[in-house]
Amino acid sequence: MTSDGTRQSRPPAPVETHPPLTTDVVVTGGLARRGQPLLPRIGRTVWSTLVGVGVVISHAWRSRDTIQYPEEMVYLPPRYRGRIILSRDPDGEERCVACYLCSAACPVDCIALQATTDENGRRYPEWFRINFSRCIFCGFCEDACPTYAIQLTPDVEMSEYERSSMVYEKEDLLISGPGKYHEHDFYRVAGLAIGGKGKGEAENEAPPSDVRGLLP
Amino acid sequence: MAWYWQLLVTLLVLVAVLTIAAGLIWYERRLLSLVQDRYGPNRVGPAGLLQVLADTFKILFKEDWVPPFADKRVFVVAPSLVLITALLSFIVVPVAEGWVVADLNVGLLFVLAMSSLAVYSVVLAGWSSRSKYSLVGGLRAAAQMVSYEVFMGLSLVGVITLAGSFNLSDIVEGQQRSVYYVFPQFIGFVVFLVAGLAETRRIPFDLVEAESELVAGYHTEYSGMKFGLFLVGEYVAITLVSALIVTLFFGGWLGPWLPDVVWFLLKTFVFITLFIIIRGTLPRLRYDQLMALGWKAMLPLSLLNLLITGAIVVARAG
Repeated sequence: MTSDGTRQSRPPAPVETHPPLTTDVVVTGGLARRGQPLLPRIGRTVWSTLVGVGVVISHAWRSRDTIQYPEEMVYLPPRYRGRIILSRDPDGEERCVACYLCSAACPVDCIALQATTDENGRRYPEWFRINFSRCIFCGFCEDACPTYAIQLTPDVEMSEYERSSMVYEKEDLLISGPGKYHEHDFYRVAGLAIGGKGKGEAENEAPPSDVRGLLP
Repeated sequence: MAWYWQLLVTLLVLVAVLTIAAGLIWYERRLLSLVQDRYGPNRVGPAGLLQVLADTFKILFKEDWVPPFADKRVFVVAPSLVLITALLSFIVVPVAEGWVVADLNVGLLFVLAMSSLAVYSVVLAGWSSRSKYSLVGGLRAAAQMVSYEVFMGLSLVGVITLAGSFNLSDIVEGQQRSVYYVFPQFIGFVVFLVAGLAETRRIPFDLVEAESELVAGYHTEYSGMKFGLFLVGEYVAITLVSALIVTLFFGGWLGPWLPDVVWFLLKTFVFITLFIIIRGTLPRLRYDQLMALGWKAMLPLSLLNLLITGAIVVARAG
């Protein structure tokens, strides 16, 4: 700032020069150029406007883009990340082994569970709780799950009138089927000894190697 | 005319105009969506007809807010002006033979006077809001409506010379004797249509509202039923301009077989539909384009039309 109160840090901006404004755009609808005869230009403008009206009217007979939602449903692909479920093995047992990886992976901390063990030594969640009012449906829990137990499904119709209804307990989450991975059975491929099954007795499993047998 | 007949016609016109104006909100939305591959409001009532009612309830229950920085008295009066002038114009429009609220000798001049007064509503609304968007909207309204007023009047002089009267009933009867004035006055019709679009501040002349640059133009600061009045006023104005086009150029109530009123309403609805289709077709003009179209294209056209019409009338009389 100088003494007379004017700012001098910047030189005055050069005066911008515009091309002279003409009626061309108005009269010709941008179709014709200057210098062309006036009457054909007007004719083309009027014609192009009429064609435009015709195109607009023709759209009245085209099929609608709208999906009438409650009656029609938008197509959700099978891998859509919607409502979270807990799936079961093909033999009907819970897949979840309560490893807490989903809970740890969850960026908004909406998954809570408590691990416990049944009489066969098989781990399962005593309770499992997802707060869907926090869930951002990122699918990290599904990625983290080592047993394909937690899965996201193509269902988005989860609106509730009460906030507390958005908290899903284990009985709300657990479904009766295997979800996306029909044949997968964690305990059949894991090599773990579990009640009724020794190490390496399942399909695609080899009995554990005798570490001493490798000695010369 | 008996006073009760007068009262009946007055009430009929008032109720009909307001009903049509309200119905137009639904009609425009449905028609626009029809040409845009959508459905439009189709949930409330049969085909969404009760949407208007739902909107009215909603807008009535909204807070009637006057901005603390606004010029309160003018701010409150402005929205009613637009509706009053549009409704007052209707008193000279003959709906059927003898069905006119006031059979004024200066009918057409009265309509033009009212449409000039309607400018005040928009300008005052923009001015009293004391908000820059409103002010720019009001400023544009002043320039646009004053310029288009000029050849709106001029485009009608041809009709007046042919009919030899300002009275709208006389003009319709003049068309009964000869042909619909759209044939001898085609240029006049086109100019009046364009001027009518500009006077009702419809796309492509809606620079006054120009939501992409001015938020909502002159009614940026308005909410609730005051905003509703602007909306209804606009639709009344559309109905008015359509009714005027029908009366002046398309023989008003004239037509075979059907009753007069039905013909009048049918013709009016054709032009209302045209207005909406035009809204669905054309983009908004730039300000200089608007002025250029008005002064450099429409004014010479209407003067040319006036010259030719006058020459022919004089030659015939001579």
